[in-house]
Amino acid sequence: MARETQSEIQDPIIRVRGITVQFGATRVLDGLNLDVKRGEILGFVGPSGAGKSVLTRTIIGLVPKVAGSIEVFGVDLDSSSASQRRNVERRWGVLFQQGALFSSLTVRQNIQFPMREYLRVSQRLMDEITMAKLTMVGLKPEVAERFPSELSGGMIKRVALARALSLDPDLVFLDEPTSGLDPIGAGDFDELVRTLQRTLGLTVFMVTHDLDSLYTACDRIAVLGNGKIIAAGSIADMQASQHPWLRQYFHGKRARAVMG
Amino acid sequence: MSGDPKLERIAKGNALALCATGTWTASFAPVLEQMVTEAEKLAGTPQRIFIDVSEVAKLDTFGAWLIERLRRSLTQGAVEAQIAGLSANYSSLVDEVRRVRATAMVDSNPITISGMLEQIGRAVAGVAGTVAGLVDMLGAVLAAWFRVLIHPRSFRLTSTVHHMEQVCWRAVPIIVLITFLIGCIIAQQGIFHFRRFGADIFVVDMLGVLVLREIGVLLVAIMVAGRSGSAYTAELGSMKMREEIDALRTMGFDPIEVLVLPRMMALVLALPILAFLGAMAALYGGGLVAWLYGGVQPEAFLLRLRDAISIDHFIVGIVKAPVMAAVIGIVACVEGLAVQGSAESLGQHTTASVVKGIFFVIVMDGIFAIFFASIGM
Repeated sequence: MARETQSEIQDPIIRVRGITVQFGATRVLDGLNLDVKRGEILGFVGPSGAGKSVLTRTIIGLVPKVAGSIEVFGVDLDSSSASQRRNVERRWGVLFQQGALFSSLTVRQNIQFPMREYLRVSQRLMDEITMAKLTMVGLKPEVAERFPSELSGGMIKRVALARALSLDPDLVFLDEPTSGLDPIGAGDFDELVRTLQRTLGLTVFMVTHDLDSLYTACDRIAVLGNGKIIAAGSIADMQASQHPWLRQYFHGKRARAVMG
Repeated sequence: MSGDPKLERIAKGNALALCATGTWTASFAPVLEQMVTEAEKLAGTPQRIFIDVSEVAKLDTFGAWLIERLRRSLTQGAVEAQIAGLSANYSSLVDEVRRVRATAMVDSNPITISGMLEQIGRAVAGVAGTVAGLVDMLGAVLAAWFRVLIHPRSFRLTSTVHHMEQVCWRAVPIIVLITFLIGCIIAQQGIFHFRRFGADIFVVDMLGVLVLREIGVLLVAIMVAGRSGSAYTAELGSMKMREEIDALRTMGFDPIEVLVLPRMMALVLALPILAFLGAMAALYGGGLVAWLYGGVQPEAFLLRLRDAISIDHFIVGIVKAPVMAAVIGIVACVEGLAVQGSAESLGQHTTASVVKGIFFVIVMDGIFAIFFASIGM
């Protein structure tokens, strides 16, 4: 079996250096540096409006940046050719906050859309893989023929995750995956992300507000504030930090309740 | 070690081992599927078969599922197939895939003749539904209008003014330009053909009657249906999709009163204004062409125009405008509120709004023509 060499594991899968993003006069991200290591689940937290989604969208190329560089899978996204970029895009999956399912396609067609575009496989295999993905994200096969407008909020998140995983990516971006889910559903979702990360060897970049997710799912946590990463490390590091926002976040009433 | 995937058959005593090697991932899915389909033909051989995956370099859902599919189809035969040499890393993935129930999916709605006939039938039956929907909306709008008359404070003036700006003020340049050009064309064609009879001057009669009675208002109504009717449908439709209309309702607001009535009011006020401006622009354009192309002096043109038309012609035209505006507005709002959850549905209803709006405008125009002819106007 080919095992990744030690250096490859240490090599960050996402390397963000000196990123600055500006909307008009407001500077949202200011020279931000961040590494995401292969195979980890990185939880990304910060106050509302701090620019968590902006950073995610900048990395995946939806928001233009003023300065800085982004490397994903060792490819610099600014200087890469179109085909290199497509290769990178094939290897990542994105779960948007609202799901962003194609509203005129059924669940099955939504999940098969990337396969249809990128792989030349039979309809039978696509159907079977769709079933496998639906089972993995904990949905019943009957859901496959429904349209997104006929799904509940939690189901939309699950289908969106199934679509993000459709090509078996190495890296997934999850933008607030558990927001809008009930605590049990959110707990299941965290468990699901953990399981998938273990079985598929995924690297997960997860923007979240959910303390439970941070405790149960994440290997490492990065905190955004004032356009920069103000802290990064394990949950224990976060609790030990003296930063006022972190103290409030990890020692507040809710945090204590979660920690039991 | 990673490389093209292979599935080799190796005899081991009285058992047959299928040795999977290489990269079993999505990028090789077409090759993998072919190999597995080939190997599935072994089902039914009396030999004991096991699938050896110890040499697989990389495995993902695609690879794991194909191995699982192979295992299942070999098991259905006389012999029990086993997966051997599974590494700890991938065992959870294979377990995950084992839970999948492979149900054959049928393509919903295959195209058949009876299905097509059914669609035609439904469309015809749907016409009655369309008319009922329009009447329903007309009633709801009138009811809201009476409520506003009783409680004038509940009238949404700001919203109405905003929509007036959108459908009237901002439409002025394009409406004036197009009606001006149409006026020019009518005058040019009239002069070109009337000249043969030495009847150049009658072009003024034709232009005046045609523009004031028909073209001015009809053309403007069609343009407004395309420009503002579609906008109304798209606005209301996307609000419906995002549950904004349900939100209004739960807060105790009547969507008809809050959303539909201001839009209807704006349109009913805007169309007569636009029709008037359009008619003036068309007469101006016609006069200009008559002068430059036909040699009819402006004084002669105005004198002739005064003889040819009466206030009746103008009234016949302008009276139609608010009615046509109401028809366009009602069609647009009915279609907007009928939008379902998908982007496709929004597109369909916006198209339907414009098509039906224009259709009803022309039907109304025909009814008005019969009416005015019978009362002698």
